Amino acid sequence: MKNEFQVIADLIEKDKKVLDVGCADGTLMKFLKDNKNINIRGLEISKEKVQECIAKGLTVIEGNAEKDLKQFPDKSFDYVVLSQTLQAFLNPELVLNELLRVGKKAIVTIPNFGYWKVRFHLLFKGTMPITKTLPDEWYNTPNLHMCTIKDFFHFVKSKDIKIFKSLALNNLNKSTINQSNLGVKNLFADLGIFLIEK
Amino acid sequence: MNTEKNIKTLIVKKPLKLDCGKTIKDFPIAYETYGSLNSKKDNAILVFHALTGDQFVTGINPVTNKEGWWSYAVGPDKAIDTNKYFVICSNVIGGCMGSYGPNHKDPDQKIFGTNFPVITINDMVNAQYNLLDHFGVDKLFSITGGSMGGMQVLQFISNFPDKSKTVIPIATTSSHSAQNIAFNELGRQAITADSNWKDGNYTSNETNPGKGLAVARMAAHITYLSKKGLQEKFGRKLQEREDLKFGFDADFQIESYLRYQGSVFVDRFDANSYLYITRAMDYFDLAKQFNGNLSEAFINTNAKFFIISFTSDWLYPTQENKDIVIALNSIGADVGFVEIESDKGHDSFLLNVPDFLSALKNFLDKSYEEN
Repeated sequence: MKNEFQVIADLIEKDKKVLDVGCADGTLMKFLKDNKNINIRGLEISKEKVQECIAKGLTVIEGNAEKDLKQFPDKSFDYVVLSQTLQAFLNPELVLNELLRVGKKAIVTIPNFGYWKVRFHLLFKGTMPITKTLPDEWYNTPNLHMCTIKDFFHFVKSKDIKIFKSLALNNLNKSTINQSNLGVKNLFADLGIFLIEK
Repeated sequence: MNTEKNIKTLIVKKPLKLDCGKTIKDFPIAYETYGSLNSKKDNAILVFHALTGDQFVTGINPVTNKEGWWSYAVGPDKAIDTNKYFVICSNVIGGCMGSYGPNHKDPDQKIFGTNFPVITINDMVNAQYNLLDHFGVDKLFSITGGSMGGMQVLQFISNFPDKSKTVIPIATTSSHSAQNIAFNELGRQAITADSNWKDGNYTSNETNPGKGLAVARMAAHITYLSKKGLQEKFGRKLQEREDLKFGFDADFQIESYLRYQGSVFVDRFDANSYLYITRAMDYFDLAKQFNGNLSEAFINTNAKFFIISFTSDWLYPTQENKDIVIALNSIGADVGFVEIESDKGHDSFLLNVPDFLSALKNFLDKSYEEN
């Protein structure tokens, strides 16, 4: 399991009810279910991935987060997880609001466009950056709204969303982001992980 | 066609009050089982059949000598694995494969015909509930069925919320739409317009309203397929001829196919049963039973739901299946949902659609492991 999922799992206490939005093949769901006794549900748009989840014995709903989150009642999950997908929505703000409505807390991870390798790629090669967390070409990437850790940090603050924890991840190194080190983390982390609440 | 000797029946002694207000008692329910009940009695699956199905789910149907209607899904090592699970299926009341229906005799030894009480989906499942006692099963492992079978699944878990661990409605709806009712009405009109129908008082096989019933089946059969599926299978291909004949024989393969479907159906199905069962489907509106709030139907159950629809099913489209998912999610129920890609229309659930069969198998087997 990738390090990102381990960090997410560490943020969630045992026996909670969790919704994994864009749960893909259910790797994180399975880990949470087996190791933390989490009552876990998934929402996934790909039929193929939904089948993989069913084969793992996971409860998953085939659906689109932009349309299908509205069927869940307010605060019906302890945590809602959204891993590296926010930037792929047509309307990320709407999805973020839905996550915070459905979940008592939300865990959102974003691939950081402010990461130094991304900046260097664009600066020196002059072409759209391709990195470990941004593996696709400009013409086939699902990403529509890339942002940096700094962008997301400012955005969340401006919307009166409470940040409980913000973590920067660079390979295996996990560190805390705060107002004073924001510039540095924005340069050296390829992934931001935020535990938020509204 | 010797039906009696191959049909197992349970005589329900207990009176059953029907939705129409009448009460029936000492009535037969015809059933069949596959696999065996284990010592813990925790491996029973109750399968509900669709409009024209019966209790003979898999293997050779001993009455018609044809393959059972769900042979692709049920059997040893199949999606519903009879090496592992004990499968029970019964003919619905109102049906014509041995359960109490319009071709049975009333207390005065006269064939009921249309004097048989009008049956609902609710009546069907209340009658079938008696099978649990009969087999000594306190809690089923699963209930499943497609189309009208799915309606029975929804009604059953609503009526008996703690009687099944898992619930699998397939290609179904919680409320029959105007289009559904319209197609059923077309079928009923075809039957009642046949002069042999005689207000339902036909008796011998020679004078039954076979032509009307065949037309009803032909019309319904079209609704079970998709436009794309029909086009790919038949297109404009001609039936055993080089060119058009400028007449009204079956020039096209699709015509010949529909005529054949109509004619074989008449041999195995009773026209009055067709009226009764389609009526039951039309009357089905689970939300209405709960003042318009479908979620209320499931508020008392902890069962794990898995809902399946098919992309090309326009009779019970994905959205109607999703409405059930939405109602369940709004009360925090444990519900999974998948829409299976298939060109085979509503009939997909009866056919060899590998993605469907593997999803069904995986859901059942994984849920059973967690037992």
